[in-house]
Amino acid sequence: MDVLFLSRLQFAAATMFHFLFVPLTLGLSIMVAIMETRYVRTGDEVYLKMTKFWGKLFLINFVLGVVTGITLEFQFGTNWSRYSSFVGDIFGSLLAIEATAAFFLESTFIGVWVFGWKKLSRKAHATIMWLVAAASTVSAIWILIANSWMQNPVGYTIRNGRAELESFSAVVFQKWAILEFLHTASAAYVLSAFFVMGISAYHLLKKQHSDFFARSFRIALVFGLIFSIFEIAEGHLHGADLAEKQPTKLAAMESHWETRGNAPIYLIVLPDEKNERNSVEFLPIPGMMSLLANHSFNAEVKGLSDFPREERPPVFINMVSFRIMVALGVYFVVMTVIGWRIRDRLSEFPRYLKLMIYSIPLPYIASQAGWILAEVGRQPWIVYGLMKTSDATSPVATAQVFISFWAFIVVYGFLGAIGFYLIAKNAKKGPVAA
Amino acid sequence: MELQNVWFFLWGLLWAIYFISDGFDFGIGSLLPFLGKTDEDKRIMYNSMGPLWDGNEVWLITAGGVTFAAFPTVYAVMFSSLYSALMLILFALIVRGVSFEFRSQVEDPRWHKLWDACMFVGSLLPAILFGAAFANIFRGIPFDGDGIYHGTLLTLLNPYGLLGGVLFLLFFLVHGAIWLAIKSEGELHERAAGAARKLWPLLLAAALIFLTASLFVTNLYDNYIAHPALFIFILITVLALLGIRVFLAKKSYWMAWLSSAVTIVGATFYGIIGLFPNMFPSSMNPGFSLTAHNASSSPLTLKIMLIVALIFVPIVLVYQIWAYNLFRHKVTKEELGYEEAY
Repeated sequence: MDVLFLSRLQFAAATMFHFLFVPLTLGLSIMVAIMETRYVRTGDEVYLKMTKFWGKLFLINFVLGVVTGITLEFQFGTNWSRYSSFVGDIFGSLLAIEATAAFFLESTFIGVWVFGWKKLSRKAHATIMWLVAAASTVSAIWILIANSWMQNPVGYTIRNGRAELESFSAVVFQKWAILEFLHTASAAYVLSAFFVMGISAYHLLKKQHSDFFARSFRIALVFGLIFSIFEIAEGHLHGADLAEKQPTKLAAMESHWETRGNAPIYLIVLPDEKNERNSVEFLPIPGMMSLLANHSFNAEVKGLSDFPREERPPVFINMVSFRIMVALGVYFVVMTVIGWRIRDRLSEFPRYLKLMIYSIPLPYIASQAGWILAEVGRQPWIVYGLMKTSDATSPVATAQVFISFWAFIVVYGFLGAIGFYLIAKNAKKGPVAA
Repeated sequence: MELQNVWFFLWGLLWAIYFISDGFDFGIGSLLPFLGKTDEDKRIMYNSMGPLWDGNEVWLITAGGVTFAAFPTVYAVMFSSLYSALMLILFALIVRGVSFEFRSQVEDPRWHKLWDACMFVGSLLPAILFGAAFANIFRGIPFDGDGIYHGTLLTLLNPYGLLGGVLFLLFFLVHGAIWLAIKSEGELHERAAGAARKLWPLLLAAALIFLTASLFVTNLYDNYIAHPALFIFILITVLALLGIRVFLAKKSYWMAWLSSAVTIVGATFYGIIGLFPNMFPSSMNPGFSLTAHNASSSPLTLKIMLIVALIFVPIVLVYQIWAYNLFRHKVTKEELGYEEAY
């Protein structure tokens, strides 16, 4: 194992672990803010209890998101120093702006929210939660702008042996970043909705705190329904953008080898990367890939064989991740549409409720699959078309990275287990008297 | 170039604010086993930093982010050279951060012990390592013209580096003990104030030894000798350090804490001024050293980032001071009964 491989494993582990907590922070902060606002408006104590119950789960999740986020910012320097000096002019400033403009607000006001119940008016206290939610969202925007620049570098010029900023607005407002934000935020809202619906379903099944959890379910259901449908429509826009800007990722996720018009999508496919073909192709949807890529059944879609071997991403993992993401995306729409139709009679459908409990992990899996596709699909580039991942590592000793990688696995594994145990414990306990 | 110099000192300022804010958290965490005799004491210690620690830690993120944005080469070479030390700091900060949230979740003495241990180690280790890292930067780091580090973690643990570690730890212990004195009542308050008074002579001694050792081990004084007016910064720092003891004797704990804050800012700038324009000096060859002038971002990035900093840093300071003011009162026993208390 070399520094490159270990650094990639370490970054993958650290980022994927971080992203177990980020989406719930993004979505649940908004839902808790809505609950608290309803309490302020109506004075209904149930909404106060809801704010406190979901707020508690939010906080356990939040702290894990925070501490795992800190390491990510520093890992660019520790493990990817050549990348850092090459892109710092652009990428570094985006991270710095995220910290000053958003993360400060989020971290300062979450403390005020937790400890400020008796010190602030109800209205002010609810406003604080909205600030936390807004700051989390702004934070996500800057981080995703930074990632989008790695996916599709714009607004730069190569000078002094590095990428220097040429146009700030080109970097910040590029279409890729807007799409990536919408996609990630919607995914986060779907995940949060399923989290709240799943836990609510658990209690509804047990017929305890029924009013409380029926209302919680309802708030989450609206979120889940809107954003799972939006996610699919929005996801479609990515296909066209990919075809134009990252054709290798598009070809890899569909295991598409030969450039051709009327390109199909095979629902089941097994790539044979060595011989540049698929050993299994099953259930084709004719012309579908052409349609996704270029809005026309006959459009030509470039295949992997047309790219040099050393510029192709691994096919199998991207193909699988893409399919998992899409299949689950469809599943979320189905489940929320059903939920909407039976929204007033939930307790009459125990099997649906049970399924919703088991569905809690699925948006997590979908999000992770989405990120695998985004990041592994970009390979072998760390900045698409500009810098190879293999040229980006730090000149550090293999042993150092070996030790830190295992430390990440052990510490994160331990904390993750405890974090999810505590969330589950508090979730099962249900609300306490406010 | 002007912008690079502005950014150099802004960079120093961010570190200084980080050390005065998260510094007292480190101090209280390190004092936890010594001042927290009962579970209630310990909970008061946790809650004395409870609403603020997270916001404090963001100054580190910002200092790191600004290094990346304004001086990418420094960020790259510094963080990869100090790989193991930095990883230790990060893991310490992780286990410390979750201790706040996790400790109160389960009522079991063994559970509490586990997170108290994490809080202690997670506070002690960064305090020492930040000190050791900065002392080594003052002294020079063995890296070559390609930014490749020729040393190990142990290279940093030379006598001067360790002295820096001890000095930082003492800064934070005193700073944290005073904060705890402000935030607590009764016996715990007395113990905290007593600890601050007892630790103060050690801090003074460590500071004087460090100032002297720097004369022999580093080039920090070159800038001061070239511009003797700069000595006034050292003078202010030493006066503030003496002020801590004066205010402790008068039991004016807020003033003592502010003196301690001024001392920490002064100590940071003592090094920053001495380093200028170096940011990461090489001990192998001064020609390899990374400076504010040869390691910075493009003028455009520096300009945009300066606008961002001039807008947002004052805003952040305003709402953080508002939050500090909101939680300026003592942590009472009654408050420990609230469900949201740590």
